[in-house]
Amino acid sequence: MYRQRRSLVELLTAIGLIAAPFVLPYLDFAPNTVNRILVWGLFGIGFDILFGYTGLLSFGQSAFYGTGGFVAAYLLTRAGLHHVVLALIIGMIAAAAVGYIVGLIALRRTGIYFAMITVAIAEVFFFVEFNPLADWTGGENGLPGVPAPTLDLGFVSLHFTTGWSLYPFLAFFYFIGIVIALRIVRSPVGAVLTAIRENPLRAAAVGHNIHAYKLTAFVIAAAYAGLAGGLLGVLQAFMPPEAFTFDTSGQLIMQTAIGGRGTLFGPLAGAAVWLYLQDFLQATLGLGAAWKLVLGLVFVLLVCFLRQGIIGGLKDLYQLAVRGRRPTSEAPEESVPAAMSVGAAATPLPVHHRVAEPAAGPILKATGISKRYGGLLANSDIDFAVEQGELRGIIGPNGAGKTTFFKMLTCEVAPTSGKIEFAGRDITGMDITDVCQLGLTKSYQVNQLFSRLTVRENLQIAALADLRGKFRLDLFRSPARIPGLADQIEHTLELVNLKHRADVPVAQLAYGEKRRLEIGLALATSPSLLLLDEPLAGMSPQERVETVSLLKSIRQGRTMIVIDHDMDALFELAERVTVLQEGRVLTEGTPDEIKGNPAVREAYLGGVLE
Amino acid sequence: MFNGLALGALLALISSGLTIIYGTLGVLNLAHGAMFMLGGYAGYVAFDATGSYIVAVIAGTLFLLVVGVVMERVVIRHFYNRPHEDQLLVTFGLGICFVEIVRFFFSSLTKTVPAPPLMSGITSLGFMFYPTYRLAVVGIVAVALIALYIVLYRTKLGMIVRAGIEDSVMVDSLGINVYKVFMVVFGIGAMAAGFAGIVNAPVVSLTPDVGEAILVQTFVVVVIGGVGSFPGAVLGGLIAGEIISITSMIDPGYAYVMLFAAMTLVLLLRPHGLLGTRGRE
Repeated sequence: MYRQRRSLVELLTAIGLIAAPFVLPYLDFAPNTVNRILVWGLFGIGFDILFGYTGLLSFGQSAFYGTGGFVAAYLLTRAGLHHVVLALIIGMIAAAAVGYIVGLIALRRTGIYFAMITVAIAEVFFFVEFNPLADWTGGENGLPGVPAPTLDLGFVSLHFTTGWSLYPFLAFFYFIGIVIALRIVRSPVGAVLTAIRENPLRAAAVGHNIHAYKLTAFVIAAAYAGLAGGLLGVLQAFMPPEAFTFDTSGQLIMQTAIGGRGTLFGPLAGAAVWLYLQDFLQATLGLGAAWKLVLGLVFVLLVCFLRQGIIGGLKDLYQLAVRGRRPTSEAPEESVPAAMSVGAAATPLPVHHRVAEPAAGPILKATGISKRYGGLLANSDIDFAVEQGELRGIIGPNGAGKTTFFKMLTCEVAPTSGKIEFAGRDITGMDITDVCQLGLTKSYQVNQLFSRLTVRENLQIAALADLRGKFRLDLFRSPARIPGLADQIEHTLELVNLKHRADVPVAQLAYGEKRRLEIGLALATSPSLLLLDEPLAGMSPQERVETVSLLKSIRQGRTMIVIDHDMDALFELAERVTVLQEGRVLTEGTPDEIKGNPAVREAYLGGVLE
Repeated sequence: MFNGLALGALLALISSGLTIIYGTLGVLNLAHGAMFMLGGYAGYVAFDATGSYIVAVIAGTLFLLVVGVVMERVVIRHFYNRPHEDQLLVTFGLGICFVEIVRFFFSSLTKTVPAPPLMSGITSLGFMFYPTYRLAVVGIVAVALIALYIVLYRTKLGMIVRAGIEDSVMVDSLGINVYKVFMVVFGIGAMAAGFAGIVNAPVVSLTPDVGEAILVQTFVVVVIGGVGSFPGAVLGGLIAGEIISITSMIDPGYAYVMLFAAMTLVLLLRPHGLLGTRGRE
């Protein structure tokens, strides 16, 4: 049924594109306006993958729009190439190549820096087009005379000229573009892109090479921009230098935000609103130049009050209407209490051993590691080793350096000095992604989830890193075809007892459920060594009992290190306990030894125990 | 050289405004270029009415103080807890509204504010002649930068602002009303842009789009100098001004290419800018 609904989107798009020329004239859409909407819509598909799905707001898409456009137009007007489609494809490839290089620079930084750098780089393209390359691009005159496409099918040749005659040509490209984009966002790569948008830190920590995926999204966006730029030249029979201006990037962003980000169709809807209003305000109302002011205000209001744009707003309305009609449908499910027995019956996950196990010796060994933050020595000369299959507890008063210690073990931060070996391999200085791929990961003290995704989608992201490696370009594969993926997600759901909540967005979970999902995310990467940073923090007594039994059930076949302040629980779970104090190892021993150790009492339990 | 100094000083001032706003509030104000432009137009209106350059400068500056404070109160305040992308989008949209409002009332034609009689003409520097007003700009902007320096480094407000750049959560938890500080900082930042706008008006004639190019250059300045760093903005401004003017002497077409090449170089070698810290990101 799900699959049927999937191709439904494509089918509806095709029907819409075919019906448009018959319907839109009655709504006062000029044919040329419709064609421009398609070009902007296509341009926006790529941008939406970059911004709406991956969360990277680029203000420099004009660079690729212009590059694709001018390469195609140059080939067609000056280089004597007659095949329009071929020229468009070469333009698209050129834009993608340029996107790759620009991405290497711009993606060195995130957030506002990324935005500023993309603006600046796009501006360079504008000036390069105008001056150094003016001999090729026509400088401020652009490239006139871009020919209309002709398709020779042997028995008949099709000429696409202007207006409705050109429409099928553009609609064809838009359709191909949207079909490909839908495949991409539904592919494993699409899932990882969303994960990067929601929580880049965790996406990297579960084993995805987020930099490579970001670059992928950037190149995809550049390719769409390049194709759209080429089509702009064909549409206008002229390649305008304005394609390279900041206004182009700005208009794209505004249209996407107006239509709705993260929907793929948002840019098309936004472009339709934008261009229709432009015509309407200018021609019908005679507002002249003020049209842009009106659109600017509309945009600001939408950003303030309707964050997800028109399509997002419609979705919300639809959901509201559906819920209104069936008021009780979801209520009982949401009130299901956290189940009584946690995953005790579930069979433990198979552990993938990606590292050749050493015959003997500790699975993890840290020698003399220290971490200095400025003047503060958080960890000092720690020696630490954990045997295969062991469950180790770590305790220590607040500020003892437990979390810093974990961060070093998972390579989230590099130690100032010392050496860390995992399964016989020196992992000092590796990054968190590679270490997770080797089978070492942790669950966080403060939940690091992908909060706008469902429980199942969360686990899928972690499992994908395990099954696909840290980077893979399976842009057109359906996750359903990845062997073992569904099983691994189901298993983990069972283990952390969230099966009945699988399709609930994380933001709606109760705190205890989120904590279990936090552990589930780490588990779904099938680690051979699992670190848990205060898994019991903030839980009610009932939830503690459940979580302790969860921890017991997952320890089969893997090694675990657990930090917690709940000593009763920890002494019950762990075979050996390490006590940290002021950044050093105070002592180490069996729970009974630790309980009886006077130094521990002195330092940690203080006089309270007496 | 002197062209570069004048432009550089101006960029330094505008960038300081952008950078202290970002450093303190965590909001990158994409309407900053439009504010620069608004300052110029407010000054133009005041000059038209009174014929006085001094009044024009004061009017342009104060008007932007008001615009900044109102904008922070009405819009920006609601975006502190929203993602960076939304902040970028809303300031970008406001910038467009500012530009279009000005276009609506003043059309796209250029407007000029003449330099005051005292500072017009050309001055002999011994080895060359130079427009007096451009020399004056260097002096005026230097004074403004020093004033900003005094506010930032010699007053209690400045101490709070600089502490906020380092760690705004800490400042908040010390019981200082950060929202009030935010409003003042946004006002000061806007004021710096407005002041630069009116001071620059006699050098380059006004159009509604004059802010856009400035905004992009300001980004480069801030990225080179280090985001959130006042000294970085000044240094970056001077460097950018010199790069633009020296390259322009050889071939104006490459001025921006060189500027952005410099930015890329800084990004590759010192990702946090020349004087930036790892503080915010």
